[in-house]
Amino acid sequence: MKNSTDRRLETIKEKVDQGIRLDREDGLALFECDDLLTLGELAHKVRTRLHEDRTYYVLNRHINYSNICINGCAFCAFGKPKNDPMAFELTADDIAKKLAEPSASSIKEIHIVGGCHPDLPLSYYEELVKTARNIHPDCTIKAYTAVEIAHMAKVENISVEEVLKRLKAVGLDMLPGGGAEIFAEHVRSKLCPKKLDSKGWLNVTKCAHNMGIKTNATMLFGHLESYEDRVDHLLSLRNLQDETGGFVCFIPLPFQSKKSPMNHIPGPTGIDILKTIAVSRLILDNIPHIKAYWIMLTVKLAQVALHFGADDFDGTVIEEKIGHMAGAESEEALTREELSYIIQTAGFKPIERNGFFEPISN
Amino acid sequence: MTESLLGNIIQKVKNGERISASEALTLYNEADLFTLGRLANDIRWRKHPEPFVSYVVDRNINYSNVCACGCKFCAFYRPPGHPEGYVLTKEELAQKIKETIALGGTQILLQGGHNPDLNLAFYEDMLSFIKTEFPSIHIHAFSPPEIVYFSELEGISISETIARLIQAGLDSIPGGGAEILVDEVRSKISPRKCSAEKWLKVMEEAHKLGLRTTATMMFGHIENKKHRIQHLISLRELQDKTGGFTAFIPWTFQPRNTKIPRKFPEMSIEYLRLLAISRIVLDNFDNLQASWVTMGPHVAQIALSFGANDFGSTMIEENVVAAAGVSFRMSLNEIKRIIKAAGFIPRQRTMAYEWVD
Repeated sequence: MKNSTDRRLETIKEKVDQGIRLDREDGLALFECDDLLTLGELAHKVRTRLHEDRTYYVLNRHINYSNICINGCAFCAFGKPKNDPMAFELTADDIAKKLAEPSASSIKEIHIVGGCHPDLPLSYYEELVKTARNIHPDCTIKAYTAVEIAHMAKVENISVEEVLKRLKAVGLDMLPGGGAEIFAEHVRSKLCPKKLDSKGWLNVTKCAHNMGIKTNATMLFGHLESYEDRVDHLLSLRNLQDETGGFVCFIPLPFQSKKSPMNHIPGPTGIDILKTIAVSRLILDNIPHIKAYWIMLTVKLAQVALHFGADDFDGTVIEEKIGHMAGAESEEALTREELSYIIQTAGFKPIERNGFFEPISN
Repeated sequence: MTESLLGNIIQKVKNGERISASEALTLYNEADLFTLGRLANDIRWRKHPEPFVSYVVDRNINYSNVCACGCKFCAFYRPPGHPEGYVLTKEELAQKIKETIALGGTQILLQGGHNPDLNLAFYEDMLSFIKTEFPSIHIHAFSPPEIVYFSELEGISISETIARLIQAGLDSIPGGGAEILVDEVRSKISPRKCSAEKWLKVMEEAHKLGLRTTATMMFGHIENKKHRIQHLISLRELQDKTGGFTAFIPWTFQPRNTKIPRKFPEMSIEYLRLLAISRIVLDNFDNLQASWVTMGPHVAQIALSFGANDFGSTMIEENVVAAAGVSFRMSLNEIKRIIKAAGFIPRQRTMAYEWVD
């Protein structure tokens, strides 16, 4: 048993050295492998081949425009029904104020996500993008997940393409990768039965890519899914990327259990998180960047993840609600100085980027 | 040329040979994270072929925060006469120990500072009170700087001070106050605390008197890598002589609320590297402890692949690190879950690293 795993790993090592694409069985073998250091070293080799000693970060701000959501996903501590006392909804003016704060003065990326609000019209979402564009003309505006885009189309009774066209016209640059959760429908039906299904998520994303709108992609792991489900998720993304080339960065998201409605499931531990990042780097040979999202990993684990396949440390964030409402124990925000310190003391060269991972020259 | 030098050192470690201070420094400076980790992990498995990760159920009780030492890295102490200074009463002590036993605790870690108003008789009385009330509890107490301070205040030798405390109920001495065992560093961060030589002397005397102790290192303040290696070598030399150390416990200095003008603490990668080099250099130490209090549960779990075989204490109460603004908390169940998820079997131990079950 042990020997066959070792042989399998040797074969995978050879494939990685020769740049041969790994298959589903390889992905599973990597997840089953309990040799964390070998896994890390392998992912680090690929990461170094792609990015040498560069590690990216961005001066960014998150905007959560509303937590009102009709989906009520089982894992989510952020979404609330409209009449909930904790429900909130920001106006374009509120957002303008946040974006004009001194803390946001040098940002290069604005990340806007919310929920599936029952009745906000598309004009509201257009207004937010316009507002952001006016205040920060040079920022990458990365707004609305595939789930939100599909929801807007439904509320407005127009096509996804039409929604994307209108948002793009007012300044939308990219879509964030959220809402992918885990593609396996048998898990999705328990985790987020009312949410856009995996096919829908992939369709919206494909549509965006075909219109020249780049996107990221996520995977929420460490809840009800199996290793097979994780590998299949990665393969779905890889297939779509072969077709469109529109993915910029992949973001593995460890399930945050503490304040989640699903807190009877404890959430993944450090080793599982590093493993998932490493396997993602090895399977996703066509997605350029893998993020160590410190909000969900904690800063300390995220630093270690830079040696396990990740090449991006996300950024300043400034204000984050989704992870923290679920009990994430990370800081609320980081400064540029902290980001540089973390990246440098991990042995890498910090490169400031925008949403497209274009280096910012200072 | 350096490459073959590094290669030779790596080979020596693989062969189970001892490496010198300068070889350790080269390895620490030049080997990559995975090389260090793998060497340390192999040693860990050689020393502990069974897949156990140990932990101890205990409580840190700080009997007083009054301290005349005034170390620059400390956010916990209050100088004598300060309105926030305290000394726990016997009732408070008894209550805390009762709670510890109720939670399955086998020991208490009892520490304070350099309190000029308390004499040796006070400590003897405190220890014998605890032993009378709770005969089964193991008292892991004080630290070498406290012992030195007691002996100076009392005008008696270190050996006699320890002997009297043992008589009163002391079971073992924690390895605190070691900071960095290099006087060039100590004179800057803790000028009034005992010298490196004195620290080692207390441990030597304690070991001679039959006590087991641990050893610590607080790193990431003003010291350099050479100082860290020197610290490890001093411990290794004493351990060759006495064999009295049970475990080594390094942790990172937390700069918040302290007088050391360092902006950010040492991070996780450097922690893992230091842990691994410690496992490699301290070839005569059985156990290496992961510090979840400063690193958090995720990185502490990763530390089990970088040489650590012990998860330390459940820390029913912890005040010193918390005063510096770091406050990771873990329940016993959480500790066990994390050890299991790393593929090990969690097992409760005593302070002497004997299994409880």
